[in-house]
Amino acid sequence: MITQQVAPISKLRHKDLLGISDLTRDEILLILETAEAMREIGERPIKKVPALRGKTVVNLFFEASTRTRTSFEIAEKRLSADTLNIAAGTSSVVKGETLVDTALNLEAMAPDMIVVRHAYSGACHLLSRICRAGIINAGDGMHEHPTQALLDAFTIREHKKRIAGLKVAIIGDLLHSRVLRSNVQLLTKLGAEVWVSGPPTLMPPGIEREGVRTTTSVDEAVEGADVVMLLRVQLERMQGSFFPSLREYFTVFGMTRERLRRAKQDVIIMHPGPMNRGVEIDSEVADGPYSVILEQVANGVAVRMAVLYLLAGGAEHETAV
Amino acid sequence: MKRLFKGGRVVDPANGRDGTFDVLIDGDRIVRVGKDLPADGAHVVAVPAGFVVTPGLFDMHVHLREPGQEHKETVATGAAAAVAGGFTAVACMPNTSPINDNAGVTEYILQKAAHAGLARVYPIGAVSKESKGEQLADIAELRAAGCVGISDDGYPVKTALLMRRALEYAGMFNMPVLEHCEDPSLKGDGVAHEGYHASTLGLRGIPGIAESIMVQRDIALAEMTGAAVHVCHMSAATSLRAVREGKAYGVRVTCEVAPHHFTLTDESLATPVSYDTNMKMNPPLRSAVDRDDMLKGIVDGTVDAIATDHAPHHYDEKKREFDLAPFGIVGLETCVSICFDRLVHPGLIRLSRLVELLSTNPARILNVAAGSLSDGAIADITVLAPDMTVTVDAARFRSKSRNTPFDGWQLKGGVAATIVGGRTVYVNEHASGADILR
Repeated sequence: MITQQVAPISKLRHKDLLGISDLTRDEILLILETAEAMREIGERPIKKVPALRGKTVVNLFFEASTRTRTSFEIAEKRLSADTLNIAAGTSSVVKGETLVDTALNLEAMAPDMIVVRHAYSGACHLLSRICRAGIINAGDGMHEHPTQALLDAFTIREHKKRIAGLKVAIIGDLLHSRVLRSNVQLLTKLGAEVWVSGPPTLMPPGIEREGVRTTTSVDEAVEGADVVMLLRVQLERMQGSFFPSLREYFTVFGMTRERLRRAKQDVIIMHPGPMNRGVEIDSEVADGPYSVILEQVANGVAVRMAVLYLLAGGAEHETAV
Repeated sequence: MKRLFKGGRVVDPANGRDGTFDVLIDGDRIVRVGKDLPADGAHVVAVPAGFVVTPGLFDMHVHLREPGQEHKETVATGAAAAVAGGFTAVACMPNTSPINDNAGVTEYILQKAAHAGLARVYPIGAVSKESKGEQLADIAELRAAGCVGISDDGYPVKTALLMRRALEYAGMFNMPVLEHCEDPSLKGDGVAHEGYHASTLGLRGIPGIAESIMVQRDIALAEMTGAAVHVCHMSAATSLRAVREGKAYGVRVTCEVAPHHFTLTDESLATPVSYDTNMKMNPPLRSAVDRDDMLKGIVDGTVDAIATDHAPHHYDEKKREFDLAPFGIVGLETCVSICFDRLVHPGLIRLSRLVELLSTNPARILNVAAGSLSDGAIADITVLAPDMTVTVDAARFRSKSRNTPFDGWQLKGGVAATIVGGRTVYVNEHASGADILR
């Protein structure tokens, strides 16, 4: 189906998925190819395979999340894993327990995988050093959100049949975005031409060292783009006075139909959600014909199934799928 | 009791000495330093070849955590760490709990230090009451109780106006103001040096300019008032430039650099272990350009002192999310080895310059009668072993805390023995031949 890039390997090197930065190009391709197979499961009348039967997966979410948590949970259930969800508001964290102690207590009950969402960068690295269980990063602070980048890549490949050579424009609050960091890692590893654009006050220092082009001109970023990805303006961080107002942000950086005319005819519009309509993206664009935003969500399940399967299932379950 | 240290290399920049000399001490005093001194009834100690006798080293920036945070360090454990690191004296910062902003706290610290009987402890008093940056602390009272300088360390002196007043007022006693230079608005909630590595790891940045903009403010105020300002734990290239310019204009400005800031860079945030909280300190590990400029300042004389900013933290406190872990690392027991390994042995500076940085200058900046082996001086002496191989082993630190980024490092150069007031208070069992110095 995908002919351009094929993974010559059949397993991942690590027990954890902490970030795209730890993955090789081949590992990324392996996950994307495995996700193709997983998507087919979701199209069956009985959407369940026994691949992770008897495995326990904990979804440990210290930050609010709808999409990602639900997506992981569905993925786990379709693979027949025993899953449980722990949200910070209901855990011992509210009693003052440290992250390390929470993790050690969970660990004592011998889960196979822990899916972690945390407000602080590096929280998953800390857990990976103290847990035998595999850790999947479901978003850590401003650092990485690897499964989001994988599902984005999956969605791009679905439409464009390739990633190498595509012009991808990523526009929005770059500084605070873990989605940006994961996508930059992934897209550059797979050979895309990545442009990032946003207010200079929200430009991550040194990002050009990652091999991306930077511009404060949205028009320049969008010119001839195959993919335009908008990032959420993180309203909760706006006390830092990074730009004057949401209105002005929309005027200078918001993605409108007019701006989009500079892109390729068959451009696709992506957004990791949750969207601020009328801030980083005009509703006409979000709901328009080029938008693949809901496909991203749908693909998230298949990609997360692939990640879980490759990390927790391993080779002995290969025939079960 | 008289002891005659015979035949060692003596490096004492205050007296322009670097050569083979004898050192005669009687009780707590140095009687004479000279060539071929007669034994004259003294116990003769033949200093082993390869050892170097220097004035006692002086770490002018440490946190001893007592009173209030004794789970991290006490005056006694800090003093033990000091002498094990070759330091006969330390100056301890006032950010204890309560803050050392009154004579009661100063006296408490001095009492603990006297009881420990190891390194000399010189308290630094607070600039402002509770270090809140609002009202000056009782500076004359602090001085009378034994404080040798003032600082709101942990934070900068809050306003330019209060800094002006502090300089003017403390200037009356010829006490320096030791400043933690950092613009709070530019620091924000940063946890690491603003640059590529913090950015990639998703850590909020603290730009170098957050430091240097405050250095510039303080130099301007020191120039205006004619008083002495000392820049603590300098880390940014732009700060060094400001200090260099200030000195050129005759401003009374001095500065110190910590070993980690001339050794490590922000690359250590990512590798070999990412998010290692022992790489988290304030000011943060900066870029390679900044690190190299700190070395240049040490070589060209702009940097006056090397001080460790010894900041002990309990292991529970450091075993946390990077954002939540406290800033700071211990430094007393690794400083000398790092200085030898990174400064002296590579040929950047001579040993006499190192003694200036670690002894002569800190004593001069704080106006303390120390830092020399002059006839009649207090017999605070450090014996160094420049060629010994040291493997840093945090588990064996005298300090209560182990938060060092240097654990396991192999370094060339160490401490053989530490003598305070004529009394040998530390002998390094790994330095062969040091036993004779007991």
